[in-house]
This record gives sequence, structure tokens and C-alpha cells, in this order.
Amino acid sequence: MIQALVFYMFACLAVLGGVMVISARNPVHSVLFLIFVFFNAAGLFLLLGAEFLAMVLVVVYVGAVAVLFLFVVMMLDINFVELRQGFLHYLPVGAAIGLVLFIELAAVFAGWHEAPEAKQMIAAATPDMAEIANTQALGRIIYTKYLYLFQASGMVLLVAMVGAIMLTLRKRPSTKRQNISLQLARKKEDTLEVVKMPVGGGIG
Amino acid sequence: MMTIGLSHYLTVAAALFTLGVLGIFLNRKNVIVILMSVELMLLAVNLNLVAFSSHLGDLAGQVFSMFILTVAAAEAAIGLAIVVVFYRNRGTIAVEDINQMKG
Repeated sequence: MIQALVFYMFACLAVLGGVMVISARNPVHSVLFLIFVFFNAAGLFLLLGAEFLAMVLVVVYVGAVAVLFLFVVMMLDINFVELRQGFLHYLPVGAAIGLVLFIELAAVFAGWHEAPEAKQMIAAATPDMAEIANTQALGRIIYTKYLYLFQASGMVLLVAMVGAIMLTLRKRPSTKRQNISLQLARKKEDTLEVVKMPVGGGIG
Repeated sequence: MMTIGLSHYLTVAAALFTLGVLGIFLNRKNVIVILMSVELMLLAVNLNLVAFSSHLGDLAGQVFSMFILTVAAAEAAIGLAIVVVFYRNRGTIAVEDINQMKG
């Protein structure tokens, strides 16, 4: 009973937040509603017993991705009102495609039935939650059975990090930096010139 | 109605996925909101994986969900970096102005 109520609360708030993400006028509000959706999705994950993923969702999405979005939205000086033009113009075709997609998903869902052999094809059975916590159970298979997948996800993050830094790093000609080797290589002849001046005459 | 099963979670995930697709269509001039819509779709996929993982009692679904989470984070970082670089070069991020690769 209480589980059902909590589920409906999280589900309704997540979908409502999703509607606000795509319809908010101000992108900053969109980002904040995205954070809201992720919090509610984390609640749904908790209800499903995936505690570790729920916490990771909050840490990774709210702590990193949403802040990144917020940072970019605030850093770029963009006229968002201009970008919003045509919103109502695209609404009919968008709504039609959304409706078709939802009906398709519903049709798949209505025609779907669980394969009888599905229960025999379990790759890593969930241990009893009372004996071992979700995080520990997940750790036991991540570092053994799915080690290569785990390493691959680490590589994905590394490549993304290097790529993002390479893309956004720039050398500005206007900034002045100390170049020590250049300073040490300076010679007296390069910089100092002794000029003989005639008495009473100017330099030019 | 009061017992929450797999179908309830799948319905929520389908609704979120549809909202993500709808968001791409509605905000097709604004790259940042499009990226946010993609994040919504990835979240819906994650919800599906976790729901099936819980339903079948198979932890592998949660491992894959974690992998998707990683890829989504990397995708957001790279996407936003590209947006920042594009804004620096062109002074705009309107999707219709992104046509330099067109022959």
C-alpha cells in the first residue's frame, strides 16, 4: 500500500518534471527540472532495490552532469527567446510523433509476454537482500565477472575527459605568461644597444 | 492497481522516453535542451534495465545500467564541450546555423 503510493508519487513527479524540462521557457529552469526528474528516478530505483544505482544517479547526474549543463547555460551569452521561436509551430508534428511512439511502445508492451526460459538464462542472480546489500552484491560481480566492462567504462570516461579538455583548451595571445627558458636565454647583445649620440643632436 | 509490478515501471519509462523524443522535436533550435532530452531518454532506458533486473532477479541489468550511466556522462561532457567550442567560433548555438559541413 505505502509502496504503491510512493511509487505513484515518484512516477507522477518524474513525468511532470519531464514535461517541464522540455517546455520551460528558461533553459536554467529546464536544468533544474532535469535535476528534479533525476531525483525522482533515483527514488524509483530505490523502490526497485537498486540502491547503489540510485545513489550513483544522484552523484553523477545531479552532482556532475546537471552542474555541467547549468554551467554551460549560464556561461554562454545566448538569446534563448530567439531559440524558442517556432516552439508552437513544431508542437503538432512533435505531438503526433510522440503519440505514435507512445502507441508503438504500448503495442510492444501489450503483445509482450515473458519467455518461459527467461528465468533459466539469468547471468548473475541477485543474492538475498537480507544477507548481502545491493552495493556489495554489485561489487562482487563488477570486479570479477564484468571486469572488462568496468575497465571499458573507465576508458570511456578517460577518453571523454581528454577529448573535452582538448576541445575547450585554447591559448589566448593576449594573456602574458612567464617563459623561464626564454628569460634565461636572454643575452645582453640582444636587448641592450649603446648608441653614440652627437652633442646637441637628437636620436632621430 | 495497488500492487506495483514490472508493467508500472515500464509505463513510466515509456512516458519519459516519449517526452525525450518530444523534447527534441519541440526545441529543435536549442542544442542544450536537445542534449537534456537525450539525457531523459537515456534515463528511461536505465529505468527499463533496472526494472527488468529487479523483475528477473538478475544483477547483470544493473551492471549494464551503470555502463549506460557512464556513457551518458561522457556524452554530456563531450557534447557540451562541442557546444562551447562552437559558440566561441560562431557566436551562436542555433541548430539551423550549424551547417558548415554541408556541401
